[in-house]
Amino acid sequence: MLSRRIIPCLDVRDGQVVKGVRFRDHVAMGGIVDLALRYRDEGADELVFYDITASPEGRSVDRGWVEKVARVIDIPFCVAGGIRSVDDARAVLHAGADKVSVNSPALERPELVAELAAAFGVQCVVVGVDSLRDADGEWRVRQYTGDPSKTRALARRTLDWVAEAQRLGAGEIVLNCMGSDGVRQGYDLEQLNAVRVLCRVPLIASGGAGAIEHFRDAFAEADVDGALAASVFHSGAIAIPGLKRYLHEQGVAVRLGPCDRP
Amino acid sequence: MAVVLVDAGGTNIGSVRYALQRLGVDAALTSDAATIRAADKVILPGVGAAGPGMARLRELGLVELMRSLTQPVLGVCLGMQLLCAHSEEGDTECLGLIPATVRRFAEQPGLRVPHMGWNDLSARRQHPLLRDLAEGEQAYFVHSYAVPVNEWTLASANYGEPFSAVIARGNFHGMQFHPERSAAVGARLLKNFLAL
Repeated sequence: MLSRRIIPCLDVRDGQVVKGVRFRDHVAMGGIVDLALRYRDEGADELVFYDITASPEGRSVDRGWVEKVARVIDIPFCVAGGIRSVDDARAVLHAGADKVSVNSPALERPELVAELAAAFGVQCVVVGVDSLRDADGEWRVRQYTGDPSKTRALARRTLDWVAEAQRLGAGEIVLNCMGSDGVRQGYDLEQLNAVRVLCRVPLIASGGAGAIEHFRDAFAEADVDGALAASVFHSGAIAIPGLKRYLHEQGVAVRLGPCDRP
Repeated sequence: MAVVLVDAGGTNIGSVRYALQRLGVDAALTSDAATIRAADKVILPGVGAAGPGMARLRELGLVELMRSLTQPVLGVCLGMQLLCAHSEEGDTECLGLIPATVRRFAEQPGLRVPHMGWNDLSARRQHPLLRDLAEGEQAYFVHSYAVPVNEWTLASANYGEPFSAVIARGNFHGMQFHPERSAAVGARLLKNFLAL
């Protein structure tokens, strides 16, 4: 059976892994390769690296660390941040990344998603969606969330954008629920469920994990394919082996280490 | 031992190369017919679509060469699909080394395509390629097309229905998942291939 994925997310800024609260006030957490190796050893199913400074500054992701990670890591990883063309994506994929995730540049120019899918296949193309509920109750997308001073609220509804991204060739959607991000009160199940209904490709929950029950809820109640989290893993508040044993006991299909397999 | 990676434009070629390096093997990246023919082991990685994959092999003049190889050959992901006779993806004629048709996963409720993530490998036959593979061990898959189970299937995985995860006919072998991204299980299977 296909396992649900546990995905530590490493926000990268200036060659360091950082984490902020509600996308703000980032603090350094450690070196990229060291953390990547630690998560591989602990049983992470996949890693996501977001270069959170790349998009607002209008530059592409620095490739040096991508190759370093690819050399030592034997689980899949995805790179996001400032990928604005097929050439940018090719450089990152050739450096050893398995997937690229596009967010702000895809909002600037949605055809980018179709171009990437045509060049590399939909399985390489992840669309990251930063979403926040507005005062009128609608979820709408945010752009350039890596830098609070540049973040823009768009008129585009989250549900419309997810549908369009799939039509263009997204092979996976990562839904970053900004309202719940960093506050550890659980994933935004209501929003995830709303997106799940129209999402036919894998859907990854992001933003809000604070306890192991939150992961179970995202899988059991919002039927997501993977759950992404950062600070709870970086801080050691949640250890992946224990999390997976718990999910297994709760009837969620997960990949277990050799010692935990029945 | 000379191991070559056929450079047919697949984006995972670097990852496969690094995985071999972790096993102590420095594989050459090549599209040169003589180098491929002289190698002890040939690996055809591949990510992307069947049509462009075959077009690239044709452009490089490697179609007949691939068909004529007698040393162990391993196709990975799209590389495995290219070893088959035909792919529904773009209605593509493939290398025809394994008489099978590559089909798109049928979309069903709750079954997302692409099939992406870690799934169980289930051995169906004994083969040196599957040495030390325990029941329930998982590998990392990312694909929308698959080879139905057939008489050449060594191991299957299940996604809506069983499909070929590992396949072999004579000296031609294929892995639908990414051994280079399947942690210790993937490393073991690659090692098994190198030992053939």
